[in-house]
Amino acid sequence: MSNHDVAGQKNMKGVAVSSGIIIGKAHLVDRTKTKILYKYLINDEEINSEVERFENALLTTEQQLVRLKNGMPEHVKEHSFILDSHLMILKDSMLKDSTIKRILDEKINVEWALKKSIVAIRQNFEQIDDDYISNRINDVEYVTERIFRNLSGKDQRGLDTINQRVIIVAHDLSPADTTELNVDRVKGFITNVGGRTSHTAIMAQALDIPAVVGLEAITAQVSEGDILIVDGSTGNVIINPDDNTILFYEKKKFQHEEYKSNIARVSHLPAESIDGHRISITANIEFLEEVAAVKSHGGKGIGLYRTEFLYLRSKGIPDEEELFEDYREVAEIIAPNPVTIRTLDLGGDKFVSKIEMATEMNPALGLRGIRLCLKLPDIFKSQLRAILRASAYGNIQLMFPMISGLQEILDAEQIMKEVKDELDHNNIEYDHDIKTGIMIEVPSAVTMAETFAQYVDFFSIGTNDLIQYALAIDRINEHMAFMYQPFHPAIIKMIKHVVDSAKKAGISVSLCGEMAGDPLCLPLLIGLGIDELSMNSSAIPLSKRVIRSLSIKDARSDLKHVITLGTSREVRTYLLDRMKALLPELVEKGYLHGM
Amino acid sequence: MELNKKLKIRNKLGLHARAATKIVKLSNNYKSSLFLRKNDQVVDGSNILSILTLSCPKGTELEVRIAGEDSPDFMEKLSDLFEQKFGEEI
Repeated sequence: MSNHDVAGQKNMKGVAVSSGIIIGKAHLVDRTKTKILYKYLINDEEINSEVERFENALLTTEQQLVRLKNGMPEHVKEHSFILDSHLMILKDSMLKDSTIKRILDEKINVEWALKKSIVAIRQNFEQIDDDYISNRINDVEYVTERIFRNLSGKDQRGLDTINQRVIIVAHDLSPADTTELNVDRVKGFITNVGGRTSHTAIMAQALDIPAVVGLEAITAQVSEGDILIVDGSTGNVIINPDDNTILFYEKKKFQHEEYKSNIARVSHLPAESIDGHRISITANIEFLEEVAAVKSHGGKGIGLYRTEFLYLRSKGIPDEEELFEDYREVAEIIAPNPVTIRTLDLGGDKFVSKIEMATEMNPALGLRGIRLCLKLPDIFKSQLRAILRASAYGNIQLMFPMISGLQEILDAEQIMKEVKDELDHNNIEYDHDIKTGIMIEVPSAVTMAETFAQYVDFFSIGTNDLIQYALAIDRINEHMAFMYQPFHPAIIKMIKHVVDSAKKAGISVSLCGEMAGDPLCLPLLIGLGIDELSMNSSAIPLSKRVIRSLSIKDARSDLKHVITLGTSREVRTYLLDRMKALLPELVEKGYLHGM
Repeated sequence: MELNKKLKIRNKLGLHARAATKIVKLSNNYKSSLFLRKNDQVVDGSNILSILTLSCPKGTELEVRIAGEDSPDFMEKLSDLFEQKFGEEI
């Protein structure tokens, strides 16, 4: 395809982050807040019509909330109380009566009066000592934003109300946005910003739908309902394509799907090299709903269960029961295979408004992961209790993120001991031999690996963060994305040091970053002798295909050679040549994009 | 008829959104009016935001006043709700 425009059709190029081709309608997601106008009212007639306008907006809002509540799927019905509380806030005198009083007394328009009411409510809430309760101001703001939107006549479509299959076009998608998303309705994502490991990318791979990010101004180029072609293997996005282009891509899409189903057919076979070396391939998941895909793609368990999802929804911090039910269900479905649950890793790019955090200049280096958990022991303990209780129902392992020093391991273990004592005291069952490990994703943890190995049961190398911290590259910054290099010799040496330290101490070691699912990296990772690779489910079939055509002998000699190279380019070129010889069709089909 | 009683918050999280929702829901079923008093602050028990701003962590003792024709039944159901920790803990 040429890159210039042809008759009405616009071609764009971004960063391909999740392979596959999709042709469909665009749905623009506007996350901007409603603008508010302030004005004085001149006469009684204006005042009366303003009160009426407010009451109408309240009524519309009420109808919307009732509709949302009735539309809740059966399995989440128990959470409908949150909508009940929103309905009550709507009728609360602090909100309703006081706003009407302000319109009448101060002769100001609804928006202004409502804004004043919110400020007054917020002041009341700010005096509350209990963080959990004072954070309910978020619910008030959620409800009032809805009222503002209704007052402005603005479209209410949230991500939760999309009712036909569409391609989401957005500036960026935050983890909070994607939690609202009805995933069955989304065919693909395209965004202005982002890189290979941005949240949008991880989400798209998890859902196995195409995505292209870093398109810069795509939200300004696409209109609602435009026909789009998204090629998640090359990064091409075509707006309003002509008939020939559609035909070309229909054919390409068909070939791609045929190839995928060919590899999927053999994905239940073990990940074993031609000379008999076996490795465990597991999946990274973020929500319970993904568990089915893990099994159907041939994953031998879950190597990384990211637990932030339940904390990021607008409902607030989940209680222990809710967490317990969730973990238990995952453990039961996956048993007897293991589930490695990573404790809360908030902070960094996953900002959660429910937990009060100062605006940080550099969140990646700030209060996140285990640091945040140790600072908020109540939240941490409630999660640990939920995990431990669930461990009675399956094969659960527990893992702490962002460990940078031994003290954090000791502190986390101490809290863990307290929780276990409580459970013992109350005769609550849990797996007394539960394995506890740590993520190795901070350079200091790499250096300290030999020492840490004496204190934990396993390591899991988180390459996404490790690369970012070791190379001083912000992985979300689209201008720096090109320097985010998994093939940097420093990274390969660091991983080798961690694996060697684990082997020496006799503990197991896995790797759970995006690197695990990259076909080019596989010879190196196999050569290193890693026990387990955890990746997005959709990457499992292809990875198995690659591993089943490798030999451990060759992989070891590849590693030996690569470790002597000086630049990432040399490493990449060497591995690419090896892969071309091994599985030429991978290169032809565009599976080796990105990295 | 007017009834007064002291009720204690026993659930771990205190009088938060879910618990407050249950109180307001209950009070909507009765004609009587409900007032909750903590120290020198009194709030209308049918207003969710007022209840939340009363800020009642676990252990808080509230003076409850219910006034109206159906107050005995209302008081009984409300006491149960407090007693059962708002149905949150097993």
